[in-house]
Amino acid sequence: MTPTTLELLAVASALVAFSGLPGLLLPAGSRAVQRVATWCHVLGCALGVSAAALALAGSPATARFAWPLPSGALTFALDRLSAFFLVPVFVVSGLGSVYGEGYWAEAHHPKNGRKLRCFYGLATAGLALVMVAGDAWSFLVGWEIVSLAAFFLVTTDQDDAAALRAGWIYLVSAHAGTLILFAMFALLRDATGAWLLAPSVALGSSPLLRPILLLALAGFGLKAGVIPLHIWIPDAHAAAPSHVSALLSGVVLKMGIYGLVRVLSMLPAYPTWLGLALVALGITSGVLGVILALAQHDLKRLLAYHSIENIGIILIGLGVGVLGMAQHRLDWAVLGFAGGLLHVWNHAAFKSLLFYSAGAVIHETGTREIDALGGLFRRMRFTGAAFLVGAVAICGLPPLNGFVSEWLISLASFRALTNASGGVAMLGAAAAAPALALIGALAVACFVKAFSAVFLGTPRGPHATRDVADASRSMRFSMGALALSCAVIGLWPNGAASVSRRAADALLGTNAGPAASADLRALGGMPLFLLALIAVAGVAGMALMRPTALTTTWDCGYGSGGPRIQYTASSFAQMLVRLFRWAVLPDEHRPRLKGPFPAAGQRFESHAPDPALDRALLPVFARGRSLLGLLHVIQAGRIQAYLLYIVVTLVVLLAWSWSW
Amino acid sequence: MREAASAVLILAVTMNFLALGTSNLKACIRAAALQGLFVSAFPLLFTPAPSLRLLGLVIVAGTVKAFVIPGMLYRALREVHIKHEVEPYLGLVPSVLLLAVGTGATTLFASRLPLLPAHRDLLVVPVALSTLFAGFLLLTTRRKAISQVTGYLILENGIFVFAQLLHEAMPALVEVGVLLDLLVGIFVMGIVMNHIQREFGSLDTGLLSELRD
Repeated sequence: MTPTTLELLAVASALVAFSGLPGLLLPAGSRAVQRVATWCHVLGCALGVSAAALALAGSPATARFAWPLPSGALTFALDRLSAFFLVPVFVVSGLGSVYGEGYWAEAHHPKNGRKLRCFYGLATAGLALVMVAGDAWSFLVGWEIVSLAAFFLVTTDQDDAAALRAGWIYLVSAHAGTLILFAMFALLRDATGAWLLAPSVALGSSPLLRPILLLALAGFGLKAGVIPLHIWIPDAHAAAPSHVSALLSGVVLKMGIYGLVRVLSMLPAYPTWLGLALVALGITSGVLGVILALAQHDLKRLLAYHSIENIGIILIGLGVGVLGMAQHRLDWAVLGFAGGLLHVWNHAAFKSLLFYSAGAVIHETGTREIDALGGLFRRMRFTGAAFLVGAVAICGLPPLNGFVSEWLISLASFRALTNASGGVAMLGAAAAAPALALIGALAVACFVKAFSAVFLGTPRGPHATRDVADASRSMRFSMGALALSCAVIGLWPNGAASVSRRAADALLGTNAGPAASADLRALGGMPLFLLALIAVAGVAGMALMRPTALTTTWDCGYGSGGPRIQYTASSFAQMLVRLFRWAVLPDEHRPRLKGPFPAAGQRFESHAPDPALDRALLPVFARGRSLLGLLHVIQAGRIQAYLLYIVVTLVVLLAWSWSW
Repeated sequence: MREAASAVLILAVTMNFLALGTSNLKACIRAAALQGLFVSAFPLLFTPAPSLRLLGLVIVAGTVKAFVIPGMLYRALREVHIKHEVEPYLGLVPSVLLLAVGTGATTLFASRLPLLPAHRDLLVVPVALSTLFAGFLLLTTRRKAISQVTGYLILENGIFVFAQLLHEAMPALVEVGVLLDLLVGIFVMGIVMNHIQREFGSLDTGLLSELRD
């Protein structure tokens, strides 16, 4: 096949990359700025999606360009795996650009709207570059473009101290990750003898295999937000504009997953320890992510921790797949990989949907504090419904898309369980199903809390009572499209599952076989069956429900219940947070009561600082800084002292050379 | 001839002690100037048959080292109205003692260097090294910018002596390099001095520490 898909993709990426540039020539705050940027961006994304779709159906394409740097050439390769990851990149980014029309309108943000649109396009093009990179060099170039563009996106509101802090933490962790990747690719080059990201037989027997895989886990894990490397995620997602949060969570995190998967695709055989490590990391991230999410008061931080949870689910799927390959059990391997990869799509869809609807709420009310909101469903019907769809999907409940991928991973896990002779690998894979169940149950608790506190009940404060309208048309369009895709994947799982099966085949290369397609096909009937079940339950419930009549009842003395009597976000989650306080380590300030009622000014407060960032990393850094501060003595500011350092160095060097 | 060359070098080393041991800025500059005179005269005595070119170079170097720059420094001293006291960070006696120890150490060091047989029995290398050391000591232990310039001058004298070993191999290049270096050094220091005086109303480089981060 001629590289036409690659050419199409190049045009798409160029359109997207430069979509924000014309706006820089137009006056700030004018409507033309956003019109031009959005149209260019949407057109580019549409072209990009069609290129990815063509590539998913067709065969791989590669292109090489001479390049004066040491690598000799830049290679681009578009196979089904790349195409699979390109789809969410362009879909989420394109919809986000439409969403941005209403959410970050030029008229309201003349100061930074043009900057936002510029870097939004650049980040998307960088993502596309990462996904089609055929060698380490182009991969790292794309990786850096995304890392830097995302920094400017996170700090869009350059007057907000919290955003700047989040951007700083992000920048530091992103570059730590890049540094690790430099080391990883250097070792990879040593082991394979080329910079190419292509399957290599030599890699399997190389003594460097273990360090390479560990570095890949660390470097890509830092981007994907695997606990305990998730430090940048909560702050950056909370501080960024909501469609940027959606891009970060839906696609940028997946860049880490893509890197990991790409490295996996290079291996000729999979070691068992790698699968066990992936499952263990996945379970840790999944469970701790959702527990930390439960403890949050900030709507977007809560969603950010759920991203960590979903990255955990993806890793569980990949880990089960690796274990299956290590055991030469193609059936669970394919199910695991297909489930993990499909969850990449699904998470991109429902998490972007959730961020969009949360963004609409924040846009209208001006706050991210869950405890300041309430009762918004009556005035934001569409947004509330979209949030509900996203919430049901993220909890892995049928009939939406989250269920499909989690079900595939569970199926893989069940397969492992029925395999009597698997040993430790079987145990690892079998652990996936109960972990998924636990994660799902906790996620339900978390989203009941989030949805009910934000949308149900009565308004809790001035933010929620102010003049709130439903989301604008462009925002509703983006939310609607994503909700629809959640429903389509959920109701027609065969289509999406066979696409992810193709991606898994591309990942496994020649290793893949025809196994396990029966399981995928059996999936087709599942949602219809479940829909029928839900319908039956609904009808039965309606039938059993007694007719309601308005009357006054004994109200336990709470007859005049105001907004303060409702469950708050923290009180709702209190029991679960208490249960998991060893992981959350919440900060509680409880006043000492001297009578039946608290005195004026006494209040109870609880916070959930991030265990890895606020409890471990920042204190360690602060201590290190105060220790290194002792070195300030050297920086005396006297010419004489600096000259003395030179003399001392010279003498030491001389003595050293003398002793040799 | 050789004895005369050694004598001149010993005189130059003595000037090191004088420059470090005096508390008077003027005496310090005078010592550096005299040292300049001695080290400039040295090539004439060192080389068996001095060429015309070497003679010219000696005259230029001697003029610059012994008259022009010290003259500039005197003028600077007159114009900036500061106390003619050295104000060392390290006391006069300790710095002289340190220089004595350093001179001894450089002599020891030089005796173990793999030198050409023709250069081995000469004092050139130890004298050059100890003069360098004296220059560094002046640069690092003195407060006033002018004494630092003097230190730099002495440092350059050491380099000049050392360069004589290479003079046969690559004649003018070394010399011109040394002189240029010297001039640049003086210019930089001159600029710094002007700047310090304008900004801080003093020539004390200790006050420069306000410029650190």
